[in-house]
Amino acid sequence: MRGVMVSKIFDSVDAALADIRDGATIMIGGFGTAGQPVELIDGLIRHGARDLTIVNNNAGNGEVGLALLIKSGFVRKIICSFPRQTDSQIFDETYRAGKIELEVVPQGNLAERIRAAGAGIGGFFTPTGYGTLLAEGKETRTIDGRDYVFESPLRADYALIKAHRADRLGNLVYRKTARNFGPVMATAAATTIVQVPAIVELGQLDPENVITPGIFVNRVVLIEKEAE
Amino acid sequence: MSTAAPLSRAEMAQRVAADIPPGSYVNLGIGIPTSVSNYLTAEQDVILHTENGLLGMGPEAHGDEIDDDLINAGKIPVTEAIGASYFHHADSFGMMRGGHLDIAVLGAFQVSITGDLANWHTGEPGAIPAVGGAMDLAVGAKNVFVMMELTTKKGQPKLVEALTYPVTGLGCVTRVYTEVAVFDIDRTTGVSVTELFGPTTVDDLRTLTNLPLTDATGKG
Repeated sequence: MRGVMVSKIFDSVDAALADIRDGATIMIGGFGTAGQPVELIDGLIRHGARDLTIVNNNAGNGEVGLALLIKSGFVRKIICSFPRQTDSQIFDETYRAGKIELEVVPQGNLAERIRAAGAGIGGFFTPTGYGTLLAEGKETRTIDGRDYVFESPLRADYALIKAHRADRLGNLVYRKTARNFGPVMATAAATTIVQVPAIVELGQLDPENVITPGIFVNRVVLIEKEAE
Repeated sequence: MSTAAPLSRAEMAQRVAADIPPGSYVNLGIGIPTSVSNYLTAEQDVILHTENGLLGMGPEAHGDEIDDDLINAGKIPVTEAIGASYFHHADSFGMMRGGHLDIAVLGAFQVSITGDLANWHTGEPGAIPAVGGAMDLAVGAKNVFVMMELTTKKGQPKLVEALTYPVTGLGCVTRVYTEVAVFDIDRTTGVSVTELFGPTTVDDLRTLTNLPLTDATGKG
């Protein structure tokens, strides 16, 4: 019996996002606009799933991508570290109008909660946030004389991320500081969807340099518009 | 460094830069701390960390150097230094939390005499809270240097007995640079004034802050 060749490549953004349902929790990669999968987010807006919980470092910049998704009214809650920025006017208005729920998480705790979910860890004690408003109501413990607060894993139904190159098995490399949350988010979602500006043949990515092994990736979409 | 007048912000940055030991791994917070990098010398060989995934951050990028994939924690385009490395967010904050960074230089609303830091949230009603990496930096670096004006615009001291602003980290600040003095904070021996700028005396600082400051300027 001949095997079927594995390919995680989807022909379109819309096809890659088609099964996202109302109420889904979706991680979106990027730090500010670096690494933000803008075309996947545009696709999510077209798709129209509502009542979403979004996990991102920020809460949108300017009038594109995540900011536009928030403007669409499809986001019920955002979990992030740094919503308020000079160009976060859409989030600011939505939040002040009481139309979006906000959970602020220290940035390192956000990354580690995502990492923990992807690595099968049931939570962890961290010194970050101990004694602060963001640790209120959470379990604490003193370990070897230092105070820690318990943080739980954070998982998602989908992760939407952007990488620099992918092959058909979903092996990924990233570019510069656009890597940021991509590698940990890819591990923590039931379905990870990646946009890349170029797909390469198997063997063209140096195995020593693959940052996200394909096991963590389910769907790859080519977004050629970025000239690189 | 003894000066006739209080330090300007640029001089404060210069003063902090001069105190960073050669070969240190350093994170410079958003705002005034970022300007410390302008005064680091090649001989110091300081390696700058930016929490969005780069060790070996170079100067701000201009013109053709600007690359949307290469920014700092303040989302400003930067360059990479020779010998730089990239990593994902969990590794980046592991570097911090794991005590691998030598120094973090941060701004502050208030610092307490036991080194508690407030710099993330004014606590005002209606303010949208945004923490970013502030709490991670506060607890993670081996030394946390704060750069701030000694008083608010209304003249209230920002070095205080106990914080009135929301806490960022407890007992984490080791040194405070202001325009009139440098303060060292030791959790057992308290706060000492190690340097003065301009006409201010240690007694003036005691009166202003109402704190039991030790004179360690070598002149008292």
